[in-house]
Amino acid sequence: MSALWTLEGVTARQGPKTVLEAASLTVAAGEVVGVVGPNGAGKTSLLRAGLGLLPLTAGEARLSGKALADLKPDDRAKLVGYLPQDRRVAWNLPARMVAALSATDLAHEPADALALECLARVGAAELADRGVLDMSGGERARVLLARLLATRAPLLIADEPVAGLDPDAQLLTLDLLRAEVAKGAAVVVTLHDLTLAARSCDRIVVVDHGRIVAEGPPRAALSRDILGRVFRLDGELIETPAGPVLAARRA
Amino acid sequence: MSLLRLCLLMLLVLALAAVVAVSLGETPFTLAQYAQALSHPASPPGEVLWTIRAPRVAVAALVGAALGLSGATMQGLLRNPLADPGVLGVSAVSGLGAAVAISAGLAVLPGAIELAALVGALVAGAMVVVLAARFREPEALILFGVALSAFGGALTALVFNLSPSPVATAEILAWLMGSVENRDWHDALRALVPMAIGAALCFRAGQGLRMLTLGEEAARMSGLPMARLRVYAVAGSALLTGAGVAAAGVIGFVGLAAPHLVRALVKDDPKRILWPSALAGALLLVLADLAARLIPTEQELKLGVVTALFGAPAFALLAWRASRSWRS
Repeated sequence: MSALWTLEGVTARQGPKTVLEAASLTVAAGEVVGVVGPNGAGKTSLLRAGLGLLPLTAGEARLSGKALADLKPDDRAKLVGYLPQDRRVAWNLPARMVAALSATDLAHEPADALALECLARVGAAELADRGVLDMSGGERARVLLARLLATRAPLLIADEPVAGLDPDAQLLTLDLLRAEVAKGAAVVVTLHDLTLAARSCDRIVVVDHGRIVAEGPPRAALSRDILGRVFRLDGELIETPAGPVLAARRA
Repeated sequence: MSLLRLCLLMLLVLALAAVVAVSLGETPFTLAQYAQALSHPASPPGEVLWTIRAPRVAVAALVGAALGLSGATMQGLLRNPLADPGVLGVSAVSGLGAAVAISAGLAVLPGAIELAALVGALVAGAMVVVLAARFREPEALILFGVALSAFGGALTALVFNLSPSPVATAEILAWLMGSVENRDWHDALRALVPMAIGAALCFRAGQGLRMLTLGEEAARMSGLPMARLRVYAVAGSALLTGAGVAAAGVIGFVGLAAPHLVRALVKDDPKRILWPSALAGALLLVLADLAARLIPTEQELKLGVVTALFGAPAFALLAWRASRSWRS
């Protein structure tokens, strides 16, 4: 297994506040890694610091073994695709043009063909010519997911890709990301729904107060102790025929 | 419609408008006089057409194109349909630069006022970029633009206040109202150089502006060198605005309105909108100048007054529509 993303003792500050402290993490091809934690815990900061979007005050981040600091922007784009939490779109571009935004290395025709293919994969083929501002939030999320797939990068990082989506669209999103993993990619997602995280991730990383406090397979990472300490929940993951379910109440 | 076809069509309309603008004016001509002007450019009607009206129309078209392209570039960079050199205060500070130069008696030095206008535009452009990086909300940036514009206006008023002579005051005032009256071919040529550089920078930024549609972080992660893009777009649009102010004074709202006239035709694409915006700006200003000349008033209307009279209501309309995309 080759490491596609490595963080070693990464510390990052935003303004005067330390938002991430000594975070170490390795993500390899073929796994879905879920990053969970309460609001403001540092999930997004973990992603942004590891992508070079936040300046590091200590530690090192590597993509496919190459130090982030040494990568030029377009080389970095070949190694990682990123779906930011902010889903605002400035202009009412047709969906096919939005999906093609991450294929700037291709000429117009192949980029458009790739965009249409990715839209079809997320079940949004019929939206190809519709303006993204004329869509519902769920439709737009699908188009942005197609844009992420069109990066063709071996590592896909999505910040809250299912926020605001209905249950079906949430499961579809994670299924699509899983399909990329089956093809040899690695996926990192931040999630709030712990049941969804436990079901769809191979590994869970729990972040609290800017630190990684637990990491491992869902059952281990989301232990009764962590649920209590980090999420202030009294309960545990229980196995059901449909997969693990979080049964808990406020502690 | 393909971009090339759209541009050719707009170019045709612009050429027609230019022909009309050169033909019509305060002094009406008979058909025989038009014929004379065409066959003998040195004849009195020829003089009127080729040395008075034609360069004036050319300057109007150049300034309009510069403002249209500048507006489209700023809207793309700031992801804000209300961005424009006027709204963001770039025009006001550029005008301030010119006012300071006039009041300091630098008008005798060739190119000094133009240079001052350019410097003013670049300074304001740099300020806008710093503010845009700090405050991401589009509304906040517009408010800063209003403040910058007001401050530029206040400093210009101070220049008026302290102006040594009524002549300088009148000259500054004429400049601030914006006009292409009495421009000759030299003025057109002088404006061309900074405008060409500015335009080249803006077109180089085109692909980056399109990538910015999904926000700065998504664009950066798609391989966009953000710092370079900012330099291209801001230096480009500030050069265009400064050269426009240098050639014709402060003319508002063209940079704002021109991109919106063609937005639907290019499916809102911030890259493909650049050429059509320049052409639409040229067309707008040629027509506005024609209106300024033809509307029968005691004193000839100033171009900047005409564009503001039509532009300000258009701005309100755009703000109304733009609020839609901010809600989501």
